[in-house]
Amino acid sequence: MLLEGRDLAVRYRVSGGLLRSRWLTAVDGASLSLSSGGTLGVVGESGCGKSTLGRALIGLAPLAAGELRWQGQRVDGLSARGWRRLRRELQIVFQDPLGSLDPRMTVGQSVAEPLAVFEPSLSRAARRTRVGETLERVGLPAGAADRYPHEFSGGQCQRIGIARAVILKPRLVVCDEPVSALDVSVQGQVVNLLRELRDDLGLAYLFISHNLAVVRHLSTEVVVMYLGRVMESGPRDAIYGRPLHPYTRMLLDAVPVADPQIERHRTRTLPSGELPSPLSPPDGCVFRTRCPLAEARCAERRPLLQEAAPGHRIACHRWREWPTGLNTPPDR
Amino acid sequence: MASAGLWSDAWARLAANRAAMTSAALLVVLTLLALLGPMSSPYAPDAIDWEHMAVPPSLESGHWLGTDRLGRDLFVRTLHGARLSLAVALLATLVSLLIGVTWGAVAGFAGGRTDALMMRAVDVLYALPQVFFVIILTVLFDRSVFLLFVAIGAVGWLTMARVVRGQALALRQREFVEAAVASGAGPVRIVFGHIIPNLMGPVIVYATLMIPQMILVESFLSFLGIGIQEPLASLGNLIADGSAEMETAPWILLVPASCLVLIVFSFNFLGDGLRDALDPRER
Repeated sequence: MLLEGRDLAVRYRVSGGLLRSRWLTAVDGASLSLSSGGTLGVVGESGCGKSTLGRALIGLAPLAAGELRWQGQRVDGLSARGWRRLRRELQIVFQDPLGSLDPRMTVGQSVAEPLAVFEPSLSRAARRTRVGETLERVGLPAGAADRYPHEFSGGQCQRIGIARAVILKPRLVVCDEPVSALDVSVQGQVVNLLRELRDDLGLAYLFISHNLAVVRHLSTEVVVMYLGRVMESGPRDAIYGRPLHPYTRMLLDAVPVADPQIERHRTRTLPSGELPSPLSPPDGCVFRTRCPLAEARCAERRPLLQEAAPGHRIACHRWREWPTGLNTPPDR
Repeated sequence: MASAGLWSDAWARLAANRAAMTSAALLVVLTLLALLGPMSSPYAPDAIDWEHMAVPPSLESGHWLGTDRLGRDLFVRTLHGARLSLAVALLATLVSLLIGVTWGAVAGFAGGRTDALMMRAVDVLYALPQVFFVIILTVLFDRSVFLLFVAIGAVGWLTMARVVRGQALALRQREFVEAAVASGAGPVRIVFGHIIPNLMGPVIVYATLMIPQMILVESFLSFLGIGIQEPLASLGNLIADGSAEMETAPWILLVPASCLVLIVFSFNFLGDGLRDALDPRER
């Protein structure tokens, strides 16, 4: 396994006055694993902790609990300096294409930053060549290196961000909503670029998105999160083809179908109510306040992740009772 | 597409600001005059002309801005004073820039306990009255121009550190700083490579507005007699000198005072212009 996490938790202190401090649990008890060259999709609503999880996995957010292994080595509790040594192999592409580039640096300087850190002995000319090659690899002219980020469109900026992430040929790239800030037409191009790079460079992705179609297109494995907890995880085809958790089913139901005939006659169940505050999550199962299947025991005990099928794990007390409790989703 | 960069946009806006450009031109002229002007005059700044004591400005006497009560040429002395005042202000600003920017950027980027400790140190120093501080220094050491740099700069960097720390705190939250961390950059590289370049805008503005304050502080200290000492001339002690003769020979006060006003106004206009030009909210 390239990356393996067990019972990971991330907590933030939120100031709650002078003496008492409140803690926000952004991620709680998340377990996942990712093999070399694979793509793990993480889906969930905004604020469900998926970005925080992605950052924690590469040491950009502090882990409060759990066990994290990178290529078999324990990396939870690593110092900032220790993480810095690993960054050659762990990279990230951010959600905000322009915001993740330093406005006072040329594109070339931004893309070359990992090189400057990890290969400081490289000559100026050699560095320039590498930057040019990498920019061309992501579909930009090598001459883009001398210009500034604000001269580029969102899609181009995201290509620059991708170039920076892959210039050292890392083993894992965390893609934190890499296309959600882009126009739909550009999203497809960037997703295809990510797929080409994965296949050419043998990258593994942790692909965080709320866009189910994009995750389906890229992922080999999928994790569904809700309010900081993993609801369901498994192979892509199992999650999309035979979703077991009521939340997963609702998420998939919420996706419109591009055929008005089907769309009109579709019956679907959508979550009711608002997402509860992560500062005071419900007891027991966190999804119970919006779950049509919720019953008394859901409030009493927190469901543990259990294996429903090989590799397909789910945290729900009532998953076996499906499909009686919910409408059967239309064929997808 | 012109590979413009953010600075050239700012430059274009500054060039369109008439008050700022006039002030900048005036400052260049004044600086050149202060550096070269005294050479064009036959009088030395401390030479006493026994024939012409406290004469008003006139062309006939050869002292076209008049002389003080010891018969020293006011044109030459004012330019010498402006030179010294400018030098003190520029150096003190430079000192505050170096210390304040580094201190503030490190505190703001480090955050947490480090930030709290560093900024409490600033608060403590801030609480010391400046004049009191300078008097202690002059008691402990000899009076010198160098001491004046230290005294003014030591106080000036405090506000600079606060301004910079606030900016750095905001920058730390930006995604490109996180991107630099993810690229493997260490804290030194992030502070000097990303944080400081991105806060240069407000720093330049603040430094420009700081120079006139420094000139005023220097003049104030010299006026009190704990700054630049006779026979050296600074705008402060020239004004102190002139204020004694205000009723009988007003030009002795008016000449250096107008020079001071001109310098301070120009720097303020230029600083305001720079702020408007570099303000990112305008974009």
